[in-house]
Amino acid sequence: MSNFIFGRYLPLNSVVHRLDPRAKLMLSFFYIVLVFMANNLVTYGILIVFTLAAIFASKISLGFFLKGIRPLLWLIVFTVVLQLLFSPAGGHVYFHWAFINITQYGVVNSGYIFIRFLLIIMMSTLLTLSTQPLDIATGLSSLMKPLRWVHVPVDTLAMMLSIALRFVPTLMDEATKIMNAQRARGVDFGEGGLFKQAKSLIPLMVPLFMSAFNRAEDLSTAMEARGYQDSEHRSQYRILTWQKRDTVTWIIFIIGFAAILAFRRW
Amino acid sequence: MAISFEHVTFTYQAGTPMAQTALEDVSFNLPDHGYLAIIGHTGSGKSTLVQQINALLKPTSGTIKIDDFTITPNTTNADLKPLRQHVGMVFQFPESQLFEETIRKDIAFGPQNFGMSPEDANELADQMLTTVGLDISYAERSPFELSGGQMRRVAIAGVLAMRPQVLILDEPTAGLDPQGRQEMMDLFEQLHREQGLTIVLVTHQMEDVAEYAEQVAIMREGRLVKFGDVQEAFGDPDWLLANQLDVPRAAQFAQQLAKRGFQWQPLPLTADQLAEQIAEQWQKRGTDHV
Amino acid sequence: MENIIEVKHLSYRYGKEQRPALNDVSFDVHRGEWLAIVGHNGSGKSTLAKSLDGLLPFTEGTVTVDGLELSPATVWQVREKIGMIFQNPDNQFVGATVEDDVAFGLENRQVTREDMIPRVKAAIEEVGMHDFAQREPSSLSGGQKQRVALAGIVAITPSILILDEATSMLDPLGRHDMLELVSKLRRDQKLTVISITHDIDEAANADRILVIDDGQLVQEASPAEIFALGEKLVDLGLDLPFTAKLKAALKKRGIEPPTNYQTMAEMEEWLWQSLSNT
Repeated sequence: MSNFIFGRYLPLNSVVHRLDPRAKLMLSFFYIVLVFMANNLVTYGILIVFTLAAIFASKISLGFFLKGIRPLLWLIVFTVVLQLLFSPAGGHVYFHWAFINITQYGVVNSGYIFIRFLLIIMMSTLLTLSTQPLDIATGLSSLMKPLRWVHVPVDTLAMMLSIALRFVPTLMDEATKIMNAQRARGVDFGEGGLFKQAKSLIPLMVPLFMSAFNRAEDLSTAMEARGYQDSEHRSQYRILTWQKRDTVTWIIFIIGFAAILAFRRW
Repeated sequence: MAISFEHVTFTYQAGTPMAQTALEDVSFNLPDHGYLAIIGHTGSGKSTLVQQINALLKPTSGTIKIDDFTITPNTTNADLKPLRQHVGMVFQFPESQLFEETIRKDIAFGPQNFGMSPEDANELADQMLTTVGLDISYAERSPFELSGGQMRRVAIAGVLAMRPQVLILDEPTAGLDPQGRQEMMDLFEQLHREQGLTIVLVTHQMEDVAEYAEQVAIMREGRLVKFGDVQEAFGDPDWLLANQLDVPRAAQFAQQLAKRGFQWQPLPLTADQLAEQIAEQWQKRGTDHV
Repeated sequence: MENIIEVKHLSYRYGKEQRPALNDVSFDVHRGEWLAIVGHNGSGKSTLAKSLDGLLPFTEGTVTVDGLELSPATVWQVREKIGMIFQNPDNQFVGATVEDDVAFGLENRQVTREDMIPRVKAAIEEVGMHDFAQREPSSLSGGQKQRVALAGIVAITPSILILDEATSMLDPLGRHDMLELVSKLRRDQKLTVISITHDIDEAANADRILVIDDGQLVQEASPAEIFALGEKLVDLGLDLPFTAKLKAALKKRGIEPPTNYQTMAEMEEWLWQSLSNT
């Protein structure tokens, strides 16, 4: 669990860390669109330069990203191999057996898919490594604000998200503690067949749920005592401010966008 | 069971940027049937230390011996399961580990994991229920209907049902009211005296240490800074104060009287010990002046 | 003396339970005093504390807080006057960081952001947590979280502070620091303090002690009077003061100490006198 970098926050002081989370969220989305628009060496080259520049600007060492990719490696390999073996005919055929075709088209395509995966994972890892979960939540709820007009309870959702994030470490600790207590009572977690493993989860999940319910009850009492009535009629302490660096980042991205449009194979 | 630690070091998340050393070069010997209290501030490594004893955490370096069992960094989990049966562990707020539909089933859970038949385990469960001071009529009830204090007793019964020879208690009285605390400490004392259980108690209650423990280990920032019998560990209240540890009230009181010229041999640590020495001086006064 | 809270014939029953959790409880709280409420776990003392803040809808009786009778219509006004700290430090920490949590109560009251910033800052200073303003709760100790909870209350400036076993999950150092902080806040903010506790030191801080047993108010007296009960204190859900333990131990050895409550210093003096002046 502790080796899992994806979804972690790394507190550093860099331009990327200081960007408005809204800007980062929208840019990450925009970036994915760009990745899918790229379709030749030049455009992928532009994206790779872009991504490395962003990572460099974040002051986070590249090793962290490579570590983050490791848990997802099998998924990537699986997809790439699938693409390699079963892509439709096109270009030179290197190998043919029954329904398996390894073609030039397939090799190039699986190479691109591999790069796409890598780029998207790196950029989303960069987003979470450089943005506190709370800021992501604040950014998301701020971006969702227009949905108020169609009566989506945006503020309540934002409050729920923020509390959920706040309690993740607390419940993780609790889970570790309960697991240890049950291991001390002779439970072997993660051993034996699938059925045995699933069964060993009961002594973990039941207490964890009980604890979460108790905490929820305590928390709601405490919130009420502190004057919480509903999420709509509240003022905001934490606000996001759009700054010049956010605009500049957007401009860089738009230039990149234009370049990719210009160089992609139509 | 005798417990010995030889140069035990433990690092959380060793080999990552988040590595944190929680125990550093800890060595001590606890004799069989001992009653050890481990004290120290929050974060001093007390809980990490006791989790080594039943190998929930394995040392990063060093060796732990518990009778015939030896735990080194290379010991496998399969080798450790028999050890866990012999070393019962009561965590902080152990009531949070209850999960079965009935109290009997919950108590019987541990022994069954170590291979006992359900019939024998259930029988044992009923026996343990009475040991912890709950009526047998509770056996069929859901553990979640009970009060917090009763739930804790059920959880402790679940650990005792594994018939451990060492009982580790991590702040077992936290959150109980004074009467509940007293009853709980009496129960452990009884298990220690009558069944010869080796007890390892992690606590902040210095009065309990003075009252019940035979040996004391004092932890500070992952190091064992003092180990010895209670008199050795508490005999120097100034040292305790300098380390921001509470001094038992009786010792505080005795020290105040010492400033007025009282002689203590040795420094009393409990109200009873203090009263005993005062009574002696009281009689002496009687004979001197009559 | 002026009463800030008046409770008359309060009764409360949980769900379908036969036995009432509170049974015809009446008492007053004087403005500015420190009142301790003691009793066993399950005696009804936490129920009582929650009733004062309108967190449990009691069926019988009246609660009047600062001249305002508690009812569904006034409950939010009453909560303006009361700050409450609960037992579990984790389960009352709402914000993602210390400053967010301190701001939570202000946000609920729709205080503008311009007003909030200095008030949050001042409250965090007041409890000595300025170095931790940006910290997340998972990196704080239990005692620090309770300090943050106190800062959240300082920020909304209530006149009453209720501590519902707020120190029971802390280590001795955390407990000691917390009590010192409460004493300081009480002076600085002119608070009336109601503390529900088992802790003898916390009870000793009080001006008056109420004893609750089985949902009923069984005793109301000064700490000295209560502590003079000696070994009966355990039945009331309190620890024995050290001097009571020592007296019991002396009695067993045929020495008769005075029966009134003595502090450690007083008892030391008495022992010194008895042993040397003959």
